[in-house]
Amino acid sequence: MALISTHALTVDTRLKDVSMSLQRGDVLGLIGPNGAGKSTLLKTLAGLEKYSGEIKLEENLIESYSSSERSRIIGLQPQLVNSTWPISVEEVVALGRTPWHDRDEAAIQQAITLAGITEFTERTIDHLSGGERARVWLARVLAGQPQALLVDEPVANLDIHYQLSVMNVLKEYAANNNGVIVALHDLSLAARYCNKLCLLKNGECVAQGTAAEVLTESLLNSVYEVDVDVDLNRQPPVVLPK
Amino acid sequence: MVHKIKITPYLLTMLLLVAWLSLWVGSVHVSVLSGLADFASGVVSNQAIIIGEIRLPRTLIALFVGAALGLSGAALQGLLRNPLVEPSLVGASQGAALGAASVFYFGLFSIAGTLAITVAGLIGALVALLLMLALSGTGRPSLVILAGLAISTIAGAALAVVLNFAPNPYAMQELVFWLLGSVSNRGLDSLYVLAPALLVGGMIILSQRRLLAALGLGEQIAASMGLAVNRGSRLVVLGTAILVGASVSVAGNIGFVGLLVPHLLRPFTKYRPDQLLIPSALAGAILVCAADILVRLLPYGQELKLGVLTSLLGAPLFIWLVVKESKRWL
Repeated sequence: MALISTHALTVDTRLKDVSMSLQRGDVLGLIGPNGAGKSTLLKTLAGLEKYSGEIKLEENLIESYSSSERSRIIGLQPQLVNSTWPISVEEVVALGRTPWHDRDEAAIQQAITLAGITEFTERTIDHLSGGERARVWLARVLAGQPQALLVDEPVANLDIHYQLSVMNVLKEYAANNNGVIVALHDLSLAARYCNKLCLLKNGECVAQGTAAEVLTESLLNSVYEVDVDVDLNRQPPVVLPK
Repeated sequence: MVHKIKITPYLLTMLLLVAWLSLWVGSVHVSVLSGLADFASGVVSNQAIIIGEIRLPRTLIALFVGAALGLSGAALQGLLRNPLVEPSLVGASQGAALGAASVFYFGLFSIAGTLAITVAGLIGALVALLLMLALSGTGRPSLVILAGLAISTIAGAALAVVLNFAPNPYAMQELVFWLLGSVSNRGLDSLYVLAPALLVGGMIILSQRRLLAALGLGEQIAASMGLAVNRGSRLVVLGTAILVGASVSVAGNIGFVGLLVPHLLRPFTKYRPDQLLIPSALAGAILVCAADILVRLLPYGQELKLGVLTSLLGAPLFIWLVVKESKRWL
């Protein structure tokens, strides 16, 4: 049974009739041009947008969950995050326990270990580099132990080392009987890490399936309006504009 | 582990010391303990009257007003995610001033006796608050600031009209003195307004402390963690306005306490907006009570108003904060 599934999901003019599903163990990649609706889809699944259509958590409609129950199952890491106050890394991660109304030290430490930020938990968030911060934000959402983890552009502005480290964390998390949906611009990373892809354009899902089914030169050309070189047989796979 | 300093016990100790000092300091030396004992047991003596009817109300009002201002400042700065926000920003101060002015000029609420100004001030603050909540809609930071500014401006204009047509020049002087802020000659019955306001406003704000903490990472993250951001934000504004309205209607404008106290304490509470609330209330109480002691120690004659003193002391600190802040962005 799908962990999250949507049917004819519509959000004003930003999403139209999107039907998709996320299984446990999946890393589902949302790809598509700017303004295609990737962030809107993630925010809607996390309960931040009004929608029509259907969202189900396993067999139940999402409306049957209270907002606090929902937030324990679905964790969202939005694209743009900042901390107003210069709080310590450990305090940021501890905020991830908010849905549970507790401060479960075991869960916090586990998230810190998983995100690989053990060496700077005592530093304050304003003293970290962009790459370090990206992993702290990830640890924050992991501390809530969501079964479905939604992450919006986690590798934007990161160097290749941190890109791989963040994507590996997501892959490892999904492998633990959870589901991950990640919005990505880097199609090579999407081909490499996502076992399923959903290609959006103007709020519609124009293709979904495996990398081989979605990342075809003709489909990408029609969506992005540029010629694309696709070599999925290489290790790692390469998808680059010509 | 992050270096932890539990600041609350220190603040509580200081609070007790300052309160005792406030009961002890005055033009006549009396024993605090026996004065309190006489007052409590109903014995009529000079020390019972001095302690129980003059210094005790003044001390308690200073503590309550300070706590209300400190707490509301911490809550509002957390909600609006801006360390330079002042509690009077929600428009409650000007509303309270307008309400009080209507008592001075038109003799409204004469039934309430000595509490007339307080009651009118509170009503003024609540009306200003309701208008402001209606105007600010969702409680988004920019809207709260705009709506507060709009309501303050309207109330200020109405206050100017009242002053313009003042029938009695003495009433004007009285109003201006009241607005300068003081906790002297307020009477124990002011506490009937202050104590419930502090309790209700404080409970409302404390009920939203998880929201204040999560909002530090932005509204989207707070909402995704199951918090009712709009409702909670409006509740924090409501709690703030109750606290500010009650304290302004009892003591007039006591400037800078709500701005500075949270700012000074933030490093001791790991910069967490939720853990800042109680220490800010305690430190606000300490600061206002200590400033009031200072007012009483100044040479006799025309008493320096408490609000004037806190502004005189607070303004340089505020300038220092602005300079420090501007250096961060250089």
